[in-house]
Amino acid sequence: MPKIVFIEHDGEQREVQAEAGRSVMQAAVENAVPGIVADCSGSCSCGTCHGFIDPAWLAKIPAAGGAESAMLEGLLELQPNSRLTCQITVTEDIDGMVVRLPKSQF
Amino acid sequence: MIMQSATDRIVVIGAGHAASEFAGALRAGGFSAPVLMLGEEAHLPYQRPPLSKAFLSGEAPLAALELKSAAAYEKMGVEVRTGARVTAIDRRARRIELEHGGYEYYGKLVLATGGRARPLAVHGLEDVRKPANLHYLRTVADAGPVRELLRPGSRLVIIGGGYVGLEVASVARKRGLEVTVLEALPRLLARVTAAEISAFYERIHHDAGVAIRTRAAVRRIETGPSGATVVAVHTQDEVIAADLVLAGVGQIPNVELAERCGLAVDNGVVVDQHSRSSDPDIFAIGDCSNHPSALYRRRLRLESVPNALGQARAAAATLCGSPRAYDAVPWFWSDQYDLKLQMVGLSQGHDRVVTRGKLGERSFITFYLEAGRIIAADAVNRPKDFLAAKRLVGELAQIAPESLADESRPLQSALCMVN
Repeated sequence: MPKIVFIEHDGEQREVQAEAGRSVMQAAVENAVPGIVADCSGSCSCGTCHGFIDPAWLAKIPAAGGAESAMLEGLLELQPNSRLTCQITVTEDIDGMVVRLPKSQF
Repeated sequence: MIMQSATDRIVVIGAGHAASEFAGALRAGGFSAPVLMLGEEAHLPYQRPPLSKAFLSGEAPLAALELKSAAAYEKMGVEVRTGARVTAIDRRARRIELEHGGYEYYGKLVLATGGRARPLAVHGLEDVRKPANLHYLRTVADAGPVRELLRPGSRLVIIGGGYVGLEVASVARKRGLEVTVLEALPRLLARVTAAEISAFYERIHHDAGVAIRTRAAVRRIETGPSGATVVAVHTQDEVIAADLVLAGVGQIPNVELAERCGLAVDNGVVVDQHSRSSDPDIFAIGDCSNHPSALYRRRLRLESVPNALGQARAAAATLCGSPRAYDAVPWFWSDQYDLKLQMVGLSQGHDRVVTRGKLGERSFITFYLEAGRIIAADAVNRPKDFLAAKRLVGELAQIAPESLADESRPLQSALCMVN
């Protein structure tokens, strides 16, 4: 099982086991990672599962699609490595991926 | 006398978005007592909105819709029992009764019973079992068969021009069905959007080849000789032959258990800002509940995923000893064709509508104003403006209509003026 490391804004770190085929957001929710809110449960409609993907892993995941890119544009803390974690599928390739979380998802 | 009643266990009736979020939030908040979730359906809690979208179109299988995996509930120490129907709540004994026998005792009880599809009440459906080709869309059990029946060339009649009906129309047209939408009111989405937005969606569906009939109340459902299938739907003006009929005519909150045990119920189980019912040991969250909104200064029953999650978090926070009042801005979304509609706030009572962008370019946001304040907005393919509007509605911001409509002034700058 690939593992994913979520780092909260305050520096608290959580390493979670993620099931391949599910989304990075789901892995966070299943492990009660507080910095991921996921208000729409994964429909790419709310922008509250925002994470900053460590650049080392960014190249290993498919780029954001049109719907995701459009949502990202509206986020307050947008960075070049911003992604909506509900749109990233867990694969063996992302084992060890580090996702930093914003101060607020709203 | 009843030893088991001295339990600190939390029993949740229902296993949808609200129930699943509640369980997660309880554990995240450090609550360690046992939690038992009882769901009538055969499945673990799953995402409901895709049932009329990605699940129906075949893009998303059920497994992808599960909110949390079985292993996740197990790990957090939450027992989820599926296929478990609760028939009564005994508040004095603090226990619930199960259909297949037996009781479960609770320390605190959470009603997350959701709602059910409103059945059609029209001539032709009395005294017969539901015809095999008449469907509703609320659960996976409803949506699975519909998905299999979306065959090219089939004649689909959709009763109800609301979100569910229009989303199904969108998927069905892509699959090559002949689609007719019947709406009893003078326009689509009449209860939820401005006339401009209704007209926009009517045109979109028309251009996609959907036959839209407004002011078309269903007079009669005509069944075949044995009554087993619908063969046609009758309105005042037309008889429309049908291979498949889908009714999306609203939802009824599941409040019967609450009513029968004497809880306050008024268009949903009446709760406070902490999701607590008239019995301090019973909470109600999600579609089945009716909560006070400080923002709109009235009580609301919302059929919405974000509302279900927010109320679930409020109930969990209270039980974890750190109560936080729930007063989030209501919001909703609907995906049809290549259009993402995101709506924030409630537009009832608006006296002015201001649109930014052009409807013809399929990218715009319409603001609803009441006495100069922004009370709601509908965004089509404008997620960035939607997120800004969410903040503006939360403040009931007062912004000059000319500024709202002026594309050269970013909405974000309007926000700065408010804050």
